[in-house]
Amino acid sequence: MKTVLTISLSSIAGHIHQWLEKAIGNPTIVYLIDMVLVAVCLLVFLVLLCFFLGWMERKVAAFMQIRLGPNRVGPKGSMQIVADTVKLLFKEGLTPAASDKFLFHLAPMIVVIASMMVCAPLAFAKDFQIFDISIGVLYVSAVSSLGIIGILMAGWSSYNKYSLLGAMRSGAQIVSYELSIGLSLISVVIMVGSLKMSDIVMSQSDGWWIWKGHIPMIISFIIFVVASTAEINRAPFDLTEAEQELTGGFHTEYSGMKFAMFLLSEYINLFVVSAIAATLFLGGWMPLHIGHLQSFNHIMDYIPSSIWFMGKTMFIIFIIMWFRWTFPRLRVDQLLNLEWKYLLPISMVNILLVTLMAIMGWHF
Amino acid sequence: MKEPGYFKTIYLSVKSLLTGMRMTGYYFTHPKETHTEQYPDNRATLKMMDRFRGEVIMPHDETNEHRCTGCQSCEIACPNGSIKIITKQEVNAEGKKKKAIDTWVYHLDMCTMCNLCIVACPTDAIKMGQKFEHSVFDKSLLKKILNEPGSKVKSGVE
Amino acid sequence: MSLLGEDIVTEDGLFVVNMGPQHPSTHGVLHLKVWLDGETIHKIEPHMGYIHRSIEKMSENLSYRNFIFATSRMDYLAAHINNEACALAVEKGLGIQATPRAKVIRILMGELTRLASHQLWWGCTGLDLGAVSPFFYAFRDREAINDIMEETCGARLTQNYVVPGGVMFDIHPNFQKRTKEAIANFKRNLTDYDKLLTGNVIFENRTKGVGILTKEDAISFGVTGPTARASGLSCDVRKWFPYSGYENVEFDEILATEGDCFARYMCRMAEMRQSVRIIEQLIDNIPEGDFQEKTKAVIKLPKGEFYQRVETPRGELGVFIVSDGAASPYRVKYRSPGFSNLSALSTMAKGGKIGDLVAIMATIDLVIPDIDR
Repeated sequence: MKTVLTISLSSIAGHIHQWLEKAIGNPTIVYLIDMVLVAVCLLVFLVLLCFFLGWMERKVAAFMQIRLGPNRVGPKGSMQIVADTVKLLFKEGLTPAASDKFLFHLAPMIVVIASMMVCAPLAFAKDFQIFDISIGVLYVSAVSSLGIIGILMAGWSSYNKYSLLGAMRSGAQIVSYELSIGLSLISVVIMVGSLKMSDIVMSQSDGWWIWKGHIPMIISFIIFVVASTAEINRAPFDLTEAEQELTGGFHTEYSGMKFAMFLLSEYINLFVVSAIAATLFLGGWMPLHIGHLQSFNHIMDYIPSSIWFMGKTMFIIFIIMWFRWTFPRLRVDQLLNLEWKYLLPISMVNILLVTLMAIMGWHF
Repeated sequence: MKEPGYFKTIYLSVKSLLTGMRMTGYYFTHPKETHTEQYPDNRATLKMMDRFRGEVIMPHDETNEHRCTGCQSCEIACPNGSIKIITKQEVNAEGKKKKAIDTWVYHLDMCTMCNLCIVACPTDAIKMGQKFEHSVFDKSLLKKILNEPGSKVKSGVE
Repeated sequence: MSLLGEDIVTEDGLFVVNMGPQHPSTHGVLHLKVWLDGETIHKIEPHMGYIHRSIEKMSENLSYRNFIFATSRMDYLAAHINNEACALAVEKGLGIQATPRAKVIRILMGELTRLASHQLWWGCTGLDLGAVSPFFYAFRDREAINDIMEETCGARLTQNYVVPGGVMFDIHPNFQKRTKEAIANFKRNLTDYDKLLTGNVIFENRTKGVGILTKEDAISFGVTGPTARASGLSCDVRKWFPYSGYENVEFDEILATEGDCFARYMCRMAEMRQSVRIIEQLIDNIPEGDFQEKTKAVIKLPKGEFYQRVETPRGELGVFIVSDGAASPYRVKYRSPGFSNLSALSTMAKGGKIGDLVAIMATIDLVIPDIDR
């Protein structure tokens, strides 16, 4: 099959790697260069993605609010977010006089780094993964909760009462919602029997888990989406920012590029949780196959795997945005009520059901 | 009233949330409902209501005559002193001395568009204009002289 | 004194937070000093005066025709009703009444103003509780009413349409058609309002049982308007002291007993329906005739004191004029509803969370220039 030119992301990556090996020879240096290349590609990808998500959020919000949204800069206002970024870059970065300078500067970086690290085990396309770590799901749930340290740091070091209140809220929030996320991730892991992201995707070649796993998997999916909306501090769970209550929450004192980094991390987090939900429940880059409709399945196979992955991710991102522009915000005690009285008990019972299903082999 | 049970609460909550999402979803999928005006783009077609109070103007006819006799009723009626009328004595054709306006100073920066001067005017010399784009970079530009140079009062207006 | 000073942490460990004068949920330049125990509110102290423009003192130098315009800037969401209150007080002093046509026009405009104000309040309540979309739906409907105002009065917010003895000019020929359209649209959209907020479980949780004001407290703080009626205190000026011919229209005074944020919310929602009812009764029955009673060019009130109260969307507005017989008032005093309603805030919010404070402030419907004047 060497004559057929297959253009896929994995083959491009493979060719670059082979070319580097031929040109340099020393495998250590080749791997180092690979790493740098991957890091640069990921950064560029994420920043471009955040531009897109920022634009998408504004447009989604605008259409839901019977208005047009940005429509002046660039076609359909697509360059508005670039203009905003340039503005933020040139803006004076204020540091409060009484703040803890070191932590104040460190906090936005930690938040961004933590959210970028989660991208490592994501399967962006067929055989296209930065690091197919054998404990992929565990890694994701471990690293994604690192960002909270940055938020706590920001809230503490700002020397601002609103920031402190916001950071404290965020602490309570993450501690509780981590549990639901973990439990709904486990329900997939039980079914697959592996923590590896590639195994999880491959296990869905004959149907996505949300179909194969019957109702318990749908419940898991809903809990995952709700809990991850809470974990990434988006409305209706944006208590840490809670503009109407705490003016800006933990980032009240941040301005300029440091504020932009919080914004960046918010969108990266949004992408990451949606990507994980897409990978675990909606089959990642697997195309949609319906039973024995061979011709339909062939057409679906023609669509590149990366587009499948991004499409599913965007679908979940849209749902999370839809939440944001519809619902009022919860109060801090109601937020904890929702977790401890509803989400956690339901997901625990759900785990039992999933386990039973996995043992008895009741899934497709 | 009995509190609804655990599962009923969940059912009702999810239902109410989906109702809300259905509504925003409806507007998302119906861009025709968009209600905003594209202001600078629609300037050509944008017409203000005929009674809209944008600024005080003094209409002049084609022979450069206005209807203001300089009676200063508007100046008295203005609650915040945005009108200042400077009068002069004019000698008319029959050799009689008569009061006439020299300058009709209008401070747009102080005006609250309350319409009291228009109501007070006995000769309908002033009215409200529909212009609303008043932004300027220099505040002194907001001080306007409404009677045009060389204009005089229409004969017969007392 | 604690280590950090009384303005940050008090001796008994309370955290002092200054909400405002620049805060997204105070709707203006209101400054609340809040003593917090964790997230729980211990005490609130409102600080006012940031937007004091001494409208009362200003009025002493203006004639009885002129002082009305300034009241548009007090409660800018109910400018027409404020103007009407002043005009009624002057009419009381003169011993005249507006013409029947002017009276009906005043009621129609007043109820349209009430609708517009309540719509804005509904949007802001959603916004304060974290839902941004309601704001835009509310403004869509309010825009239609503002257009009616612009067409007939000439201005959208600060109308200055009422003069002693009637209204400034007759209604615009399009007024009836436009109003009917706006009301029909609004009645349809009102179901959207219910779908988006009223039935929403998050909204109900945020407002039910939050910020309870008892009837006794409502009376002792002098709370009026929908805020008091939600606590079961019947205080609608339109029913108790009818003015401008409100005695001839059919409408219900909305009362609730819970006294919490949700009751206040439901009261205002029901009031919007009552306003629609009033407008529908009158819109085809505007009597013919003069729109303005003849008054002298310079109005002079006889020596004495004159008080007139009206029902604004926020509660009872009183205009008190002391006249010494001159062409301008000797003293003018406004009893603004927002001021008394605000004084009950500390009682309502005590023991609640910061989120509750925002919900309470939203449902009291504060307009800061009305408080400071």
